[in-house]
Amino acid sequence: MQWEIVVGLEVHTQLSTSSKIFSGSSTAFGAAPNTQANAVDIALPGVLPVLNRGAVERAIQLGLAINAHISRRSVFARKNYFYPDLPKGYQISQMELPVVEGGSLTIQVGETEKTIRITRAHLEEDAGKSMHGDFHGMTGIDLNRAGTPLLEIVSEPDMRGSAEAVAYAKTLHSLVVWLGICDGNMQEGSFRCDANVSVRPMGSTELGTRCEIKNLNSFRFLERAIEYEARRQIEINEDGGTIRQETRLYDPDRDETRTMRSKEDAHDYRYFPDPDLLPLVISEEWIERTRAAMPELPVAMRERFIGQYAIPAYDAGVLTGSKATAVYFEQLVAAVGGEAKLCANWIMGELSAALNRHELDIAQSPVGVAQLAMLIRRIGDGTLSGKLAKEVFEALWQGEGEVDAIIDARGLKQVSDVGAIEAMVDQVLAANPNQVAEYRAGKEKMFGYLIGQAMKAMKGKANPQQLNEILLRKLS
Amino acid sequence: MINTSLKQLAALLGEKKISSVELTQVYLDRIATLNPELNAFITLNEAVSLADARAADARIAAGNAAPLTGIPLAHKDIFCADGWRTTCGSRMLENFIAPYDAHVVSQCKAAGMVTLGKTNMDEFAMGSSNETSYYGAVKNPWDKRAVPGGSSGGSAAAVAARLAPVATGTDTGGSIRQPAALTGITGLKPTYGVVSRYGMIAFASSLDQAGPMAKSAEDCALLMNVMAGYDERDSTSLERPAEDYTRDLDRPLAGLRIGLPREYFAEGLSADVAAAVDAALAEYRKLGATTVDISLPNTKLSIPVYYVLAPAEASSNLSRFDGVRYGYRAPEYGDLTDMYEKSRAQGFGTEVKRRIMIGTYVLSHGYYDAYYMQAQKIRRLIAQDFAEAFRQCDIIMGPTSPDTAFDFGDKSGDPVAMYLSDIYTIAVNLAGLPGMSVPCGTGSNGRPVGLQLIGNYFSEAKMLGVAHQYQLATDWHTRMPENI
Repeated sequence: MQWEIVVGLEVHTQLSTSSKIFSGSSTAFGAAPNTQANAVDIALPGVLPVLNRGAVERAIQLGLAINAHISRRSVFARKNYFYPDLPKGYQISQMELPVVEGGSLTIQVGETEKTIRITRAHLEEDAGKSMHGDFHGMTGIDLNRAGTPLLEIVSEPDMRGSAEAVAYAKTLHSLVVWLGICDGNMQEGSFRCDANVSVRPMGSTELGTRCEIKNLNSFRFLERAIEYEARRQIEINEDGGTIRQETRLYDPDRDETRTMRSKEDAHDYRYFPDPDLLPLVISEEWIERTRAAMPELPVAMRERFIGQYAIPAYDAGVLTGSKATAVYFEQLVAAVGGEAKLCANWIMGELSAALNRHELDIAQSPVGVAQLAMLIRRIGDGTLSGKLAKEVFEALWQGEGEVDAIIDARGLKQVSDVGAIEAMVDQVLAANPNQVAEYRAGKEKMFGYLIGQAMKAMKGKANPQQLNEILLRKLS
Repeated sequence: MINTSLKQLAALLGEKKISSVELTQVYLDRIATLNPELNAFITLNEAVSLADARAADARIAAGNAAPLTGIPLAHKDIFCADGWRTTCGSRMLENFIAPYDAHVVSQCKAAGMVTLGKTNMDEFAMGSSNETSYYGAVKNPWDKRAVPGGSSGGSAAAVAARLAPVATGTDTGGSIRQPAALTGITGLKPTYGVVSRYGMIAFASSLDQAGPMAKSAEDCALLMNVMAGYDERDSTSLERPAEDYTRDLDRPLAGLRIGLPREYFAEGLSADVAAAVDAALAEYRKLGATTVDISLPNTKLSIPVYYVLAPAEASSNLSRFDGVRYGYRAPEYGDLTDMYEKSRAQGFGTEVKRRIMIGTYVLSHGYYDAYYMQAQKIRRLIAQDFAEAFRQCDIIMGPTSPDTAFDFGDKSGDPVAMYLSDIYTIAVNLAGLPGMSVPCGTGSNGRPVGLQLIGNYFSEAKMLGVAHQYQLATDWHTRMPENI
């Protein structure tokens, strides 16, 4: 039987506020344990939460960016359970009335676009961290993270398989980073996914029993976990078994998921509205003020690139894949003074290949906008051939100096002197009489061979267009 | 000295006829003599109190005294006070030294007041007799066989026995007013949100409100001027301009319309209390007020509603007492769950555990709608009853408690009988309204009777004036227990 894999994601994004969601302590990562936990964070008797408006603004931004409804009135609720890294014995979250409802995100998988519906996004506080066994077999508690603001973004089960899930997660990741509401650092846990996975016979419209896989903190783990879990469920189904609804953990070392808790031992969280916090009321004016302060969104920017720079939609999509890339592109075109398509090619080609090889972000690129612009100008004015330009780029990457200095030092200047090229072509024709004869007999492939010989003789520096024309003329 | 009003004490301090150190010593001496039997205080720290007093004297000498600078007061042990043990009447916090000041405490400190000590209370403010305190019950200074009421029984007894000129209390379902009534003092529970809850250990967050407990309405007004005010650390604190709560003290009562809820004068009210309240109402008529019969039809529902909502909130509020970071932890346990269970089983008393269990139950999946949601709906109906009533009257009056102080053990075995003793006070918290208790007589057993005043939202100044005018015409508030 053919099976369809159905995935919905719950993504916890850590919001980029400098202080916690209900207290004034810092949210900076990496401080010594419990140095960023004040009276409110450790839940001393008598302390009270006060909502950080910066967290609300970030939620509004996300809501606007995914065309969702911003709730004019939402409610904070208490989710009650006991755990040592949950100081109050409850987590303040939003249950029945979340701050953001309904919305969508368009993803690209291969050549096709797909719209994924987003059910809701709600604000909540993070718990602290338990460090098991770190203290002579005892568990240590670090409350630095307790109270860090999270926006949990919940999708509909609209994804079919791991590729779509990863595409959605990446698109959402790039959006929250683009908006500046989350630093996107997955190693530090700023962007964590829970995947709800189920399978059903292809063509069926009913959802199968789902399992939730918790805390996937890389796109690779997300992909592997979904694939493993789908395979596991398909095997059970094919063996005539039934899937139990449960929460599972992905173990990257063994590349498998395993049971964390079943539905039967799920907590009764006894949600109720937090009486310490008034309902969150968001005015039209607050929404508009937030909207006005938002950056241009990727979708709008993509449309603008197509129109303004006359580049293909595919290029515009790639260039607006991250804000840093889009900014680099616009600065590059401005510095070159045109040649938008050539600029796009260089970013999407050499630059991104080099960045990938070295696992760098474009913001960390050793080749700056001004350097790449000069390189492109030197192609435009005929100083460099495309091939030589690649060599210069490599030298730029290695930090060998500025473009012109590299060209001089390496003697890479393209030869556009017609006389010199003709002389060299004559030598090549004289040295290869057989190949010339074959070409003239109709073996057109030999043209490429002769070009190669000439280029080799000129150490690759011949202006390729001129070389082409001269050889063609001499052979005809 | 011990019967002197705050206004007069402030004048004596200002004129340097007495120092704050001398005044504080007067009270510390009385506490040393009388507290061992009354048990009104859980924690005392003479050295700290006297240091406060010396600082106050220096401030007075420097000429920058505030109205209550140098005046000693007692804080209910529900308020965190930096460096003071803060127990909330529980074994759970027996060794908890608060590392910060509650808003109320810091306001009193900023005003230059002297902390005399932390007063006894029902455990986590859950009780109407002070019998649930881990530190032993407080005795009623009027009759040591009788309870002082609760949960602010220690503050009430301290003021009644003149162990403190004034005290702070908190009121979730009557915890200021009922003990004030049972000990013959004056107490005010302000409108919800007028006094910050920051640093006040939460029982039921949507009902808890701090207020003054004093010998008179005038003294309550002066302490309100210190306690009240917006605090950004409490999201339910109301951002309103500062008020002078003494501003209406001298306002005459002519034309005042007093509403008498028929449900407050029905079955269950003792004859002694009814007679004293009637006499007080007669006095008010003499002062120019008129009375009008009103109805608060949902009064009888206030107790079941309260005993759904307050335990629901409490069950969550008290989750932080888990033995992990501070407070009581069982000396021996197996795994984590065992540590939680033993620490909480041993750290909490019976009444607290009863309410945690009720609260956990009503919030549970499948019961939430039937209990919690239903109770919230009725809570709104109760608030509407009052809104309706205030169309016909300016203030509501009736008994604070159905009877005078009962004896120890009378109700402690019967939680429902105990809960019913708050029948007249609970609805006020559910509606968030201000309420007061003013002494208005004694029963045939010689134990005090309290008259309850219920005002509309933010009418504290007016209520204090209405009480003050009565106290100008009567002397119940000046009487103190003999042979303590």
